[in-house]
Amino acid sequence: MSAREEVLSRVRQALGADRTPPEEVVRDYRLTDGRPAGAPALLELLVDRVEDYRATVLRCAPAEVGATVRAALDQGLGSGWSAGDVVVAPGLAEDWRPAGCDVDDDRPAVQLADRAASVTAVAVAVAETGTLVLDGSPACGRRALSLLPDCLVCVVTADQVVGSVPEGLARLDPLRPLTMVSGPSATSDIELQRVEGVHGPRTLLVVLAG
Amino acid sequence: MKVALFATCLVDTLTPSVARATATLLQRLGHEVVVPPGQSCCGQMHVNTGYRREAVPIVANHVRAFAGAEAIVAPSGSCVASIHHQQAEVARRAGEHRLADEAEELAGRTYELSQFLVDVLGVTDVGAYYPHRVTYHPTCHSLRLLKVGDRPYQLLRAVRGLELVELPGAEQCCGFGGTFAVKNADTSTAMLTDKMANVLGTHAEVCTAGDASCLMHIGGGLSRLRAGTRTVHLAEILASTEEAVTPDQQTRPAVSA
Amino acid sequence: MTATVPPKAPTFLGLPTAPRGVGHLRGDQSFPDAARGALRDGQLRANLGHATSTIRGKRAGVVAELPDWGQLREAGRALKAATMARLDDHLEELERQVTARGGVVHWARDANEANEIVTRLVQATGTSEVVKVKSMATQEIGLNEALEAAGLDVFETDLAELIVQLGEDKPSHILVPAIHKNRAEIREIFARTIPGVDPDLTDDPRQLAMAARTHLRERFLRARVAVSGANFAVAETGTLTVVESEGNGRMCLTLPETLITVMGIEKVVPTWRDLEVFLQLLPRSSTGERMNPYTSTWAGVTPGDGPQEFHLVLLDNGRTAVLADEVGREALHCIRCSACLNVCPVYERAGGHSYGSVYPGPIGAVLSPMLTGVEDNASLPFASSLCGACYDVCPVAIDIPSILVHLRAEHVEAQERPTAEAVAFRGLAKVMSHPRLWHLAQRASRLGRLIARGKPTLPNALPPPVSSWTRSRDLPTPPKETFVESWVREHGS
Repeated sequence: MSAREEVLSRVRQALGADRTPPEEVVRDYRLTDGRPAGAPALLELLVDRVEDYRATVLRCAPAEVGATVRAALDQGLGSGWSAGDVVVAPGLAEDWRPAGCDVDDDRPAVQLADRAASVTAVAVAVAETGTLVLDGSPACGRRALSLLPDCLVCVVTADQVVGSVPEGLARLDPLRPLTMVSGPSATSDIELQRVEGVHGPRTLLVVLAG
Repeated sequence: MKVALFATCLVDTLTPSVARATATLLQRLGHEVVVPPGQSCCGQMHVNTGYRREAVPIVANHVRAFAGAEAIVAPSGSCVASIHHQQAEVARRAGEHRLADEAEELAGRTYELSQFLVDVLGVTDVGAYYPHRVTYHPTCHSLRLLKVGDRPYQLLRAVRGLELVELPGAEQCCGFGGTFAVKNADTSTAMLTDKMANVLGTHAEVCTAGDASCLMHIGGGLSRLRAGTRTVHLAEILASTEEAVTPDQQTRPAVSA
Repeated sequence: MTATVPPKAPTFLGLPTAPRGVGHLRGDQSFPDAARGALRDGQLRANLGHATSTIRGKRAGVVAELPDWGQLREAGRALKAATMARLDDHLEELERQVTARGGVVHWARDANEANEIVTRLVQATGTSEVVKVKSMATQEIGLNEALEAAGLDVFETDLAELIVQLGEDKPSHILVPAIHKNRAEIREIFARTIPGVDPDLTDDPRQLAMAARTHLRERFLRARVAVSGANFAVAETGTLTVVESEGNGRMCLTLPETLITVMGIEKVVPTWRDLEVFLQLLPRSSTGERMNPYTSTWAGVTPGDGPQEFHLVLLDNGRTAVLADEVGREALHCIRCSACLNVCPVYERAGGHSYGSVYPGPIGAVLSPMLTGVEDNASLPFASSLCGACYDVCPVAIDIPSILVHLRAEHVEAQERPTAEAVAFRGLAKVMSHPRLWHLAQRASRLGRLIARGKPTLPNALPPPVSSWTRSRDLPTPPKETFVESWVREHGS
């Protein structure tokens, strides 16, 4: 018998011939936050939660994203940065990109480690947990893009901000490679105290438009 | 109300004053107390040590002893929890379905003392007087299995003369755990040491609880250290009145065995 | 592990358990013996006390924030129970979906088979270096030892796992394997073992984390094969999930050409939507955060993004034996948050190593004996005062105390010859079920009054097993009369 057949037959043996039917799962927890996506209170909550992870949030009007991304890079890299330090997701809106910056292409992923900062969009943001989700779409870029540069700038638009985890997951495609980001890379491995900044980006800046 | 008192095997054999105090208290509140003489043990120690089959006749004896009782009260959260959560289960596992049903039915009428006083009798001020500094240890099975919540605190706050001080780390186990105290004596002692440190830190004269077993553990440790703090069961405090407290009784149980 | 392998392969409820001689589920000592030493380690006690109280406070805070925690917990419990009831169907669906998206699924009956599969897959890539994401399943099966025996270099990349690996130590906690080490000890390990480390390295946790970053960065960038575990696998979509904090997981899941994921078969969940429950329950219960820094999900292979070769190894290693136990199967619901460790008064004092298994604490005390067969870990079900704190915090409401009690009975009932304890308990049961015998026995206990010689407590030096009590606590002298006796004397029966 193959290992597959054997493991499956053990499962069947363990459950017995007259196995009990699966019980019904009652989902009486909060499925929605009750506030529509982008509600001002949700944006406030997102800012509060993201900042609680010691990330920085810069808010701006939708037309000012480009300037605010540059301001975020000033904060993350210091004002002396040049366009060549920054690599952006290939699908990032043209007017959000710093002029002359590097656009990610099909180069070997490890080469992205040479860049100081990356800029991406997000697919959805969950206010209650301060979570940004990147879904590998052209605007979010491939996973390595938001991982290797030490400073990550994510642009979130108001309509992408939902209240709760169930609302966030419902907007996502589970077949895409997803990365849920809640603050900068961190560890609690030393005396169970949280320290920000290990292998992922040590600086996370969020530009919240709207 | 006619109340059948389940003393529990440990109280009956080693600390009869706790059962006596329970009876005195219930009588003072105007209830008739009966003590079925056929009682012995709820079976918890057997079940928790792995002798669930052997526990079945003990459960049967308990059910026999208390058959027909209107309400059963025990001064032990742990034993009441076993009656509620274990008796019917071990009987059913042994194929004794009738016994299981009877045990279940009896459990429905079995109460831990503080729950009986607050929920069934609806009293929090039992007219007690106990002029001492007291800290309360919420025993694990009262706290987590029976969920007695703040009932003991309500009762203690209504005791005249009693100064109630908060116990740090109150919800941490004292390390008793039945045969755990013997099979894992070192770990049990480590837990006891921390519990005693917290108790002694309150500078209370008395550490009280709703379980004589945990109190025997904490009290046994305090006694070994010759600490000044004593353990006194909640029932003994609630049974105390001005008349029963004499100068030389101080922090000893106000009702003698 | 021991060299002598008993001839009879262990089973539990008629199904094969995790084999002996491989992996890390069995200790060399019984729990009481191992704990005796640990309890004397003042540094360990201080480190554990500090760390567990920190995390307990954080967890309580973020759990209290959610008004629907109780409903989420109940949904999590029900989801796991429903999954187990159809585990075979969900595993087959998972296999179909992963395969359809370019992954290769392997099945492993036990640790040996899983280790062989992974070793073969790594060797096929032609590389000699493997980077690893922290994974309980691979620790359980002793994968690192197997890979090293095949001449491969294995690099643990989680900070705590790195500390354990560099310190030639063993993990002692599910979430924070180096919880038994404090910052000063970690600094010492790094200063001693990391080549080229800054000689001025201090014990500031941030500096220590940066030293780990520098040490591992180059390895991540050149790694061609990674091995991970999985927190969840969604059957309907073939989506794997890894929940982590540091980004080492993302490095391993993203940069190498080949990814091998080893997953216990109980980690499958039926639908994507089920993650809306578990992704709320897990981070708040484990690190006490609203959400962990990084959660990665992937389904098979994505062209142009991440590893282009993906292998999923589905591991039994005793899990089906656990599933066969109608009481104990609930332990398979565990999502490895470690909240039960952090609240356990026994774990907090005795530490993780005392359990002898990669699964310590309350969940380990039920899971390890079932994975190995109770007789191979017979002291673990007794390593609990049954205080119930673990059940209260468990995010999927595993009734650990009831399973502990059940396994104690399984151990007692497995004895072919009666032990002295069994003789005593059987005798006592007979006495306690006959009131006349019980009253005689109570009277006999008054013999204690003779040895007490009028003192309020019994002497300290008494024969075993009473000595285990009297070594550290006094026993009251039995009274002249029991309560029932005096009551009957006063009131008649």
